[in-house]
Amino acid sequence: MSIKGQKYLRLTGTYLIIIVMFAIIFYPLLWIVGSSFNPGQSLSGSSIIPKNATLDHYKELFDTNQSAYLLWYWNSLKISVLTMVFTVILVSFTAYSFSRYRFIGRKNSLMTFLILQMIPNFAALIAIFILALLTGLLDTHLGLILVYVGGAIPMNTWLMKGYLDTIPKELDESAKMDGAGHLRIFFQIVMPLATPIIAVVALFAFIAPFGDFILARVLLRSEEKYTLAVGLYDLVAKQFGAEFTTFAAGAVLIAVPIAILFLSFQKYFVSGLTAGGTKG
Amino acid sequence: MKAKSYQTNHRKIATALSMIPGLGQLYNKQYLKGTAFLVLTGAFFGVFKDLLNMGLWGLFTLGEQTPRDHSIFLLVEGILALIVLIFGIGFYLFSLNDAYKNGLKRDTGERLSTVKEQYNNLIDNGFPYLIMSPGFLLLIFVVVFPIIFVVLLAFTNYDLYHSPPAKLVDWVGLKNFFDLFQLESWRQTFFSVLSWTIIWTFVATTFQVALGMFLAILVNQKDVKGKAIIRTVFILPWAVPAFVSILVFAGMFNESFGAINRDILGFFGIANIPWMTEAVYTKIALIMIQTWLGFPFIFAMVTGVLQSIPEELYEAATVDGATTFQKLKNITLPLVLFATAPILITQYTFNFNNFNIIYLFNGGGPAMPGANAGGTDILISWIYSLTMTSAQYSKAAAITMLLSLIVIGVALWQFKRTKSFQEEDMM
Repeated sequence: MSIKGQKYLRLTGTYLIIIVMFAIIFYPLLWIVGSSFNPGQSLSGSSIIPKNATLDHYKELFDTNQSAYLLWYWNSLKISVLTMVFTVILVSFTAYSFSRYRFIGRKNSLMTFLILQMIPNFAALIAIFILALLTGLLDTHLGLILVYVGGAIPMNTWLMKGYLDTIPKELDESAKMDGAGHLRIFFQIVMPLATPIIAVVALFAFIAPFGDFILARVLLRSEEKYTLAVGLYDLVAKQFGAEFTTFAAGAVLIAVPIAILFLSFQKYFVSGLTAGGTKG
Repeated sequence: MKAKSYQTNHRKIATALSMIPGLGQLYNKQYLKGTAFLVLTGAFFGVFKDLLNMGLWGLFTLGEQTPRDHSIFLLVEGILALIVLIFGIGFYLFSLNDAYKNGLKRDTGERLSTVKEQYNNLIDNGFPYLIMSPGFLLLIFVVVFPIIFVVLLAFTNYDLYHSPPAKLVDWVGLKNFFDLFQLESWRQTFFSVLSWTIIWTFVATTFQVALGMFLAILVNQKDVKGKAIIRTVFILPWAVPAFVSILVFAGMFNESFGAINRDILGFFGIANIPWMTEAVYTKIALIMIQTWLGFPFIFAMVTGVLQSIPEELYEAATVDGATTFQKLKNITLPLVLFATAPILITQYTFNFNNFNIIYLFNGGGPAMPGANAGGTDILISWIYSLTMTSAQYSKAAAITMLLSLIVIGVALWQFKRTKSFQEEDMM
């Protein structure tokens, strides 16, 4: 076969595969968007192109009398933002200590962090449940946030420490010569240079609680405290298919903003994860 | 080291006096420090006396009579007492060491640091501890504490029938582990869940890795047009929150009304497939869904690596007469695999514990007759249902321990081989 013919064949094959993949990716996404506009409540009537498209399900979700959806949305946002803020603060401190100071117990602590980051913190969910019960933190957002922040510390500390190690130490040493104190070096010299990794840690810490199901499911008991993941699951699981179109509308309302947020920060995600993987 | 002779014996006396923290420092004429240490010691015992007493007793006995003692509260107190005790011992050792060092300074005739110098020293050496302590405390309470609790729970008989406050919990040694391996019903379930967990981890992860790499290499061909759009679309499944996609798929795979059976298979005239009630089909569906969810991450990462491979490598290979396939096999794949290997391993550990997809898709089901785990339960989702629905706390804890050992083993093996471990200062 001629070189040109070979090239033609190769490109056709490539585009064919890409088109098939497009179909596989878009089908479920379009199907759920279509379902959200379908009249009626049940799964059985849903199709990609609804016959009598309606916005009823969206209206229902926004009506606080009919559904707790807005409340769940607010809960999720609140928990994610607070987790993000606390994680960034605590992780900056621990990572900075590990990167810049040589103190007794440093090596062992780093080893411990390395092992802890490998065990998902929900593995100990029996203990978390019982502890929350004993301390009265069951069914509170505070309890959930504490668990998320604590769980985020080991992995993100390693991630940020790896980055801080690449900032030359001569910078803080010369600042020290000029009489800058510990806190000043931290806030005015090192942290400004670490903004890229802070952004990565913040993103991770924001997204993780949003996508978590198991801990929220175990710790949150009453419907008005649910996060989106738990609430939507409930909507589907209560009676499968009975409220499917409402679920579909709820799913669209989460997926769209998160996907936009994600796509605009996508580069950070990849760089953060690869940095953590090769450095950690 | 050769033995030195000293005129005085301050170091020995100071250390001996530090049996009670503070006295050694006082002997060394560091009055402020000595008093502070004495006060701290007194406060420690004053505040924690009851906790230590009660906690350690509770930890050993787990309670002796029912209405009065709540075994689980006692266990929690016991762990708290243990943590407090460890801190106390750490402080004690520090005080001994401090007394010895300053005594040695006096013996060799060195000047002791003044109060001001001590203060500066404390700030300098203490700063990392100071700023780390909030994070550390949180970590101890929400991560380390639960782990200790689970480890201890694995050696008790805490379950529905031994549940406080009505009943006491007892230490039973390794019974839970023996049960898992010896009692017929537990052993069968355990090994069938374990084997599906391993198959699931390998097949689903390998599929998503293979598809992600294949597509990345495909799109990266020089003459493919519209790369930006194609790449954005290929990342979409990653951008949508996974729990949303999984629930959507659960609807699509619904046997009687779902789009898969009704629209797609129906279109080709294929009879309905029991996706949710036959374990084999649920497993197939789960693997397909995880491939859909997981390939974009690999795709994005491999694309990044591919873009960093210098063009000269390929040009040189072309000059040497290499075919496209040879270039792929000898240049692209080794470089990509080398750069992404550590992350590929984390993908395996992630799927090993991928609770969300198993639970949200079909609740670990379909239910299997005669087994206390669902047909598609993996270890982590089995632990969840043992805890939350059948109250088999101690068995769940024992399984959690086994699971953690597996994960830690893999993790250590992986990190032993990564670069940063060998660089002394990085660590």
